[in-house]
Amino acid sequence: MAVPAHDARQEWLLEARGVSKSFPGVVALDDVSLGVATGSVHALVGENGAGKSTLMKIIAGLCTPDSGELRLHGRAVQLDTPRRALQAGIAMIHQELNLMPSMTVAENIWIGREPVSRLGIVRHRELRHRTRTLLERLRIGVDPDTAVGELPIAARQLVEIAKALSHESRLIIMDEPTSALTERDAEQLFTVIGELRAAGRAVLYITHRLDEVFAIADQVSVLRDGRHVGSDRPANLSRDDLIRMMVGRELARIYPGAPGVPGAVVLAAHALTGARFRDVSFELRAGEILGLAGLMGAGRSELAAALFGLNPARTGHLSLDGVRVRIDSPRTALAHGIALLTEDRKESGCFLMLSILENLEIAALGREFVRAGVVRGRAVREACGAMSRQLRVKTPGLDECIGNLSGGNQQKVLLGRCLLLRPRILILDEPTRGVDVGAKSEIHELIARLAAQGTAVLMISSELPEILGMSHRIMVMHEGRVTGTLDRDQADPVQIMRLAAR
Amino acid sequence: MSQARTLETAPGAAGRRTHRWPPEAGILMVLVGLALAFEVLGWIFVRQSFLFNEQRLVVMILQVAVIGIIAVGVTQIIITGGIDLSSGSVVALTAMVAASLAQSSEAVRAVYPTLTDLPLIVPLATGLAVGALAGLVNGSLIAWTGIPPFIATLGVMVTARGIAKWYTHGAPVSLLTDAYACIGSGAVPVVIFLLTAALFHLALRYTRYGKFTYAIGANPQAARVSGINVGRHLIVVYTIAGTLSGLAGIVTSARAESGQSGMGMMYELDAIAAAVIGGASLSGGVGRITGTVIGTLILGVVTSGFTFLRIDAYYQEIVKGAIIVVAVVADQYRQRARRRGA
Repeated sequence: MAVPAHDARQEWLLEARGVSKSFPGVVALDDVSLGVATGSVHALVGENGAGKSTLMKIIAGLCTPDSGELRLHGRAVQLDTPRRALQAGIAMIHQELNLMPSMTVAENIWIGREPVSRLGIVRHRELRHRTRTLLERLRIGVDPDTAVGELPIAARQLVEIAKALSHESRLIIMDEPTSALTERDAEQLFTVIGELRAAGRAVLYITHRLDEVFAIADQVSVLRDGRHVGSDRPANLSRDDLIRMMVGRELARIYPGAPGVPGAVVLAAHALTGARFRDVSFELRAGEILGLAGLMGAGRSELAAALFGLNPARTGHLSLDGVRVRIDSPRTALAHGIALLTEDRKESGCFLMLSILENLEIAALGREFVRAGVVRGRAVREACGAMSRQLRVKTPGLDECIGNLSGGNQQKVLLGRCLLLRPRILILDEPTRGVDVGAKSEIHELIARLAAQGTAVLMISSELPEILGMSHRIMVMHEGRVTGTLDRDQADPVQIMRLAAR
Repeated sequence: MSQARTLETAPGAAGRRTHRWPPEAGILMVLVGLALAFEVLGWIFVRQSFLFNEQRLVVMILQVAVIGIIAVGVTQIIITGGIDLSSGSVVALTAMVAASLAQSSEAVRAVYPTLTDLPLIVPLATGLAVGALAGLVNGSLIAWTGIPPFIATLGVMVTARGIAKWYTHGAPVSLLTDAYACIGSGAVPVVIFLLTAALFHLALRYTRYGKFTYAIGANPQAARVSGINVGRHLIVVYTIAGTLSGLAGIVTSARAESGQSGMGMMYELDAIAAAVIGGASLSGGVGRITGTVIGTLILGVVTSGFTFLRIDAYYQEIVKGAIIVVAVVADQYRQRARRRGA
């Protein structure tokens, strides 16, 4: 890094100094300092969980830092609410757009600030006029009177940008704005971004797509594990330099590693195409851990959902032990011995208000422990107690509400729910996300042990060390397609990122 | 690691839990408190005992037995995170249909002049089937079209009441057989109520049916991932609740010895109130039949207590409304405390 990460002498529009933020169990940002210059596009890159979103949220007033300060034009500011940030000239365009679909473009842009007559009636003509002027200035060809819900995603994003500018914002934060856009729409967005730069505004641009960094950014900063690794002009860097900065860390922790030699193929996918994944084929062997790497939105979770029958693939087929099968619901998946640990513990995993016992037993009740509809209470309790001890769930008892457990222990319970089914194929979607370090290595050991006993494991993870430390083979996805499969000994972080980030 | 204990290191912990109060303890206190309050007020104002009067107690429970039967079904629906507004109308519809098949040969203008003096099983089975059918419609609408239970059952509520009126063009169905009237006489409704309550209490606690019901209410998405056929299970739950409303319709018509299309008016709201007072949470996943029974009794105590004190019926409703709101607010606090890790 030729240019220092942070140069106090330069006049910045916005400057972060020593910003730190931690959440229970994780340090999201650790002493981050960087500056954004007027009339520039500043790209922010890093792996999933590197702290990009947290930094954005702090700048946009959505959360407050534990320490450090933000300076606007050299003066320290307190941005503790989004409103304050907006008043200070900072607007954020969220990934999930915050527009009201049933209202018109004009109404959305000026919501809460509509020009009104003395009687409190909205002056529609002026509203429309103002909107048109604004849109023309940005060369956005959208009719102010259309309902936002009728616009394509790309146009909605442009409306969001117009809304940000209507606040006379000087700094606009964009969080992966092109993730939902086609290439042509992205081009239009880049044109608008160019206009913004020319008008002296600054854009802070989070992205996973490295090509975009080289296409539009004046400056790029890399975050890794909550730390600011460095900043430079893209022209001074190569793609590989960037990737190395993003992943360049040693395997700090010791992983149990992939055990044994995989056996026969148990699951084979042939040209699966479905929601957000296309033409995916792979084989999974008994006793194998197949890592599935990729960036967020690469279609990995959607693939898992399809394999488990939650949202079946539209075309292509699956075979188990060489026999073609149709899996159209989780029930059939479970009947075939496929279990899934879902990505979102709260959303689709836990029954938060129920006890540990009730959370553990529920899937197994579909096949076991029931005689003539009546649950064999003692047998279930014994089996669940044994499972809970085996997984070392830390709790005073099985009747404790699962909502009172830590993330790691909840995850162990959910894993236990899968294991009570004795699956032949186990799909794990981010098995250690939001899990503390201790529980994390326990879960890793458990996965390795299961594979050693012959379970076929498909493990989705956004943590490269986890993927590299655990898998026999690593399959990488990018925008719905498999971009490569690497053997354990030829895989390294740079290789994976190259396939994942394109 | 040091603070939390694993199961291995905390062998006595399971025993400690049994000393916790069951969730019904709170509202049981409310029931006892209300009864004692009426007892004291009774001695002060009307110089009588409220509780030590067998006849009054029987009447009190009789009054709410029908509500209680419905509430047993509604509780199960509420546990799944749903609601049933159709129960009152289903009571009316089944009362009409069952009564029309239970008329004695003395009836001059019988609905089916050739079908009088039928064996008891005919009106019973038909009544239950009509209730089950209404529930099946509710459940299928919810499971297949995905419309909210509130809307689906609102539709069935209006339709069922309409069919009940159309059935005899508004005329009541009277002169029923003695065997049929027996179902509503004496303490029989109370026995039916307590039997259904006991049956479904056991079903919810000890069967797979019960476990799945709670799971769906607690998190439908997780239930699906756990291999539960959520739609099919919901249909079963709504059908059971419909059947129980049908049973309530039979009891109501037997007790009145006639079927009328205006029967069961607003019963659905009383039943929901009983379940909610009893601790069932409208957001799903929480609720017990024992609580609902106590909730039903609270409604009964309030109703007969006010009558006993010779206070206008208007006040009854005002107080009933307040009790429902207080119960739900208390429930919210309880849940918040639980989430904080009580």
